[in-house]
Amino acid sequence: MIEALIQGLLLGGFYAILAAGLSLMFGVMRIINLAHGDLAIVGAFGVIALTERFGLSPWLALALVLPVMALIGIALQRWLFARTLRAGILLPLLVTFGLGAVLQNALYGVFGSEARSLGNALGDLAWASWELPGGIIVGQLPVIIFVIAVAVLAGLQLMLSFTRLGRAIRAAASDPEAAALCGVDATRVHRAAAAIAVALAGLAGALLAMQATVEPYGGPMLLIQAFEAVVIGGIGSLWGTLLGGVLLGVAQSLGALWSPQGFQLAGHLLFLAVLGARLWRQHRHQLGRPALPGWRHPRARKAVRA
Amino acid sequence: MSDTLLEVQGLRAAHGQLVAVRDLDFSIARGEVVALIGANGAGKTTLLRCLAGVHPTAAGRVMLDGTDITALLAHQRVRRGLAMVPEGRRLFDDMSVRENLRVAGDHGRPGDWTIQKVLDALPALPPIIDRPAGALSGGQRQAAAIGRALMTNPDVLLLDEVSLGLSPLAVEEVYRNLAHLREAGRTSLLLVEQDLSRAMAFADRVLCLREGRIVLQGPAQSLTREAVTAAYFGVEADSPTEAHS
Repeated sequence: MIEALIQGLLLGGFYAILAAGLSLMFGVMRIINLAHGDLAIVGAFGVIALTERFGLSPWLALALVLPVMALIGIALQRWLFARTLRAGILLPLLVTFGLGAVLQNALYGVFGSEARSLGNALGDLAWASWELPGGIIVGQLPVIIFVIAVAVLAGLQLMLSFTRLGRAIRAAASDPEAAALCGVDATRVHRAAAAIAVALAGLAGALLAMQATVEPYGGPMLLIQAFEAVVIGGIGSLWGTLLGGVLLGVAQSLGALWSPQGFQLAGHLLFLAVLGARLWRQHRHQLGRPALPGWRHPRARKAVRA
Repeated sequence: MSDTLLEVQGLRAAHGQLVAVRDLDFSIARGEVVALIGANGAGKTTLLRCLAGVHPTAAGRVMLDGTDITALLAHQRVRRGLAMVPEGRRLFDDMSVRENLRVAGDHGRPGDWTIQKVLDALPALPPIIDRPAGALSGGQRQAAAIGRALMTNPDVLLLDEVSLGLSPLAVEEVYRNLAHLREAGRTSLLLVEQDLSRAMAFADRVLCLREGRIVLQGPAQSLTREAVTAAYFGVEADSPTEAHS
């Protein structure tokens, strides 16, 4: 049980990285990028290709792929997303759905249908583990991936809080027109956000390939998991995204204890429960009622007693 | 360098089929304070939004310091020295007041205004500088929005609905802040104001809009309240009236 909780916690780091890109793109550009999971798979296959063809270390290959993914993000924003943004909310959905299909088939055409992994290229690290007190076994790679996730999210948070670009991204996400009236160039901000989002997708895909297998048509499942982490953690907060990822990972790990199919099912059920709770709270709020029936804020209780 | 800083020639703007601004011509001199008055729907906000570049113009030209800026986007106009405090203030509520100022300082035109100078010029700001913008009162929000616009180092500052929704005390505070700016004399102001008395008392010149046209303009000191009220409500003929001092 404790082992499952720890595994779920560590899995949450991966989900957080995957979800952060999706959340960033939605927060800044208001685009729900349905190709996000497929872009993650592109990143994974990019690292796999460099590792297999040139014998590079997966970590070095990842360092080379990430800037390329960022450039892909800029190109997509410049030549695809920016054009669809002018046509309302439906067109970006259709376009990113189509982009996802194109990426899946392109990957299938280039790499075939075989599932691939970076496990062999990682060597001992792929199965190395630490034994904690109580005989609990924790894999080294999941811990490293979790640390990377926390470091990346912390770096992003620092960038958003303390840099010129970060403040511009937050301003454009909050109110694009007011940001323009402050001199913020929305085009550049959108490209920067797309670059970060697609690079995060690529990072998530590569990290997935290190601890599991990836295949060309695996993008939609990753997209669903990213969505679930974002909804559970709430849009607009990187730490919320991490929390959402961790809760999703823990739910899946506990579900897997119950049955092999329970891994995915438990995650979906948690997602539905959180979504339902959010809708319930919103409904109650619109009616001017407290979040739970009969619940009163402590101050309100005191006032009633007085 | 001419004394005319902002010049509007034949400006026309619409919301779909509805023409909101009809072939306007006017100019604002360097350091001048102009009040734009008119009833609801007269086209005041649309005019300001056109000047700021956040509403498309159907025809006409906007010249800033002799340069045609009609084709420029909003952020490009800001970098040429034209800033706007929009209706509703539109602060970034999740950010502190300091961060709001820094966004404008980061991306606006380089110049003399710094956060410290803005705090000196707007006495309402120092106590709230590190508070989230979403937690401010109406008057504080207006002061923060003016400060944010100043951080872009504007030559022309457009202020929409200066006193809308503010308590009388907050309005006093905002106008005290604007008076500080006026004394500095570096920035021309074009402000939309519903309060006729205050507009006429504060501005050098008054422009009255009705149905998208200028129906009265002239130095504030030379206009009578009766003339302004008549133009405002359309009691007089529609032909533009030029008051002479």
